[in-house]
Amino acid sequence: MIDKTLATCAAAVASVFDGATIMIGGFGESGVPGQLIEALRQQGATNLVVIHNGAGFHDFALGGLIKDGRVRKLVASFPNYPSATAFRERYLNGETALELVPQGTLIERIRAAGAGLGGFYTRTAAGTELAAGKEIRVIDGRQYVFETPLRADFAFLKADRGDRLGNLSYRYAMRNFNPVMATAANVVITEVEELVAVGALAPDDIHTPGIFVDHVVKAERHPRLFEPRHQERTT
Amino acid sequence: MTLTRDGIAYRVACDLPEGAYVNLGIGIPFLITSYLAPDKEIFIHSENGILGVGPVAAPGQEHPDLVNASKDYITLVPGSAVFDHALSFTMIRGGHLTHAVIGAAEVAANGDLANWRMPGQKVPGVGGAMDIAVGIDNLYVAMTHVTNNGQPKILTACKCPLTAPRCVKRIYTDMALIDVTPGGLLLREVAPGLSSSVVENATGAPLRIADDCREMDVPLTFNGVALRC
Repeated sequence: MIDKTLATCAAAVASVFDGATIMIGGFGESGVPGQLIEALRQQGATNLVVIHNGAGFHDFALGGLIKDGRVRKLVASFPNYPSATAFRERYLNGETALELVPQGTLIERIRAAGAGLGGFYTRTAAGTELAAGKEIRVIDGRQYVFETPLRADFAFLKADRGDRLGNLSYRYAMRNFNPVMATAANVVITEVEELVAVGALAPDDIHTPGIFVDHVVKAERHPRLFEPRHQERTT
Repeated sequence: MTLTRDGIAYRVACDLPEGAYVNLGIGIPFLITSYLAPDKEIFIHSENGILGVGPVAAPGQEHPDLVNASKDYITLVPGSAVFDHALSFTMIRGGHLTHAVIGAAEVAANGDLANWRMPGQKVPGVGGAMDIAVGIDNLYVAMTHVTNNGQPKILTACKCPLTAPRCVKRIYTDMALIDVTPGGLLLREVAPGLSSSVVENATGAPLRIADDCREMDVPLTFNGVALRC
């Protein structure tokens, strides 16, 4: 019997090694596998390269991992918002490097890796400094920039529901980068809010088929990954 | 008299047609959702995988997985759809969205856009701006006409790093509505009570004045919110 479930986030992240490249799903607070990242903070692997849209928040989850000095390089599209305090400090001190990638190019580079493609040409960033040093090709009279696939050793994902086969279903905007990152890493680890029996997810509702997933662990949403503004104002 | 930030948003909202699929950026563009006429069916896109963004969620009604690109907790309208980032940027880059409204640091007379790295900004960030700028045909800028220091943001050539060359079609500001045309910038409307020469003096590039240039049709207030100041 196939059983991809693990009892704890600690067990799920145990194989992460020093120097590993890790994709982390999520956009804003939604779809971020906060408990897996906290388990990685405890696990201790360092000198990491992280691929994520943003740069985490404050001093918890990805923000905490960066603050702990464990991230050598961040590959991101939008790391410059006020609550990304840990990244800001380490980046400005030259302690964490940044590869800035336009958001649509970031997801497509990940998609290309997962789909077995050697890259793609995009109009995005043509004529800007983010295309510096990259191959330019004129197609139908327009400039396109060549972008390479982006793979990782590990992907940390979050889904709403999952089963022991690794089938995943997401809720609302939680999907974001998660289903695409599921295709582009050697070891794919998913944090799910609910673990359900095989067959409980209707085939139409499975957004990530289990073939892409290695480990599934049930975890409560990281308590700091939902902070409505009205709560912030009153606390 | 000039428009408030809400006034700029109101004026843009008047121009979005029934059936538009619109990506709204952070800041003034996001305010547009408050001014869309209820009798026009317009779908708002959020880059994190939502088509059919509704109003901001009421306090206590926030859902952790319903957020927009500004990280506001939002609601969905009937007929909305959710999807992953690859499909979301297929909509953007593939030209499927009809309109985008985006903020800007600078716009050049040829339609060059600069909005991802401001002067003195130490940590860069680009988000989806470059994809939106190349992919969406009707790219409208909504911004204040000048900087906080009174310097023009509409220039002969951008000084900040470009987001994309020759992409902006129209500029809405607190002072004017300006089209980017093959013949340069065309002043179409001025804020109520403002003369075209005031707009020209606040603009760092030559302006042609349209034969039918007129005052903007923006009321003083809307639902109690000031649109002019």
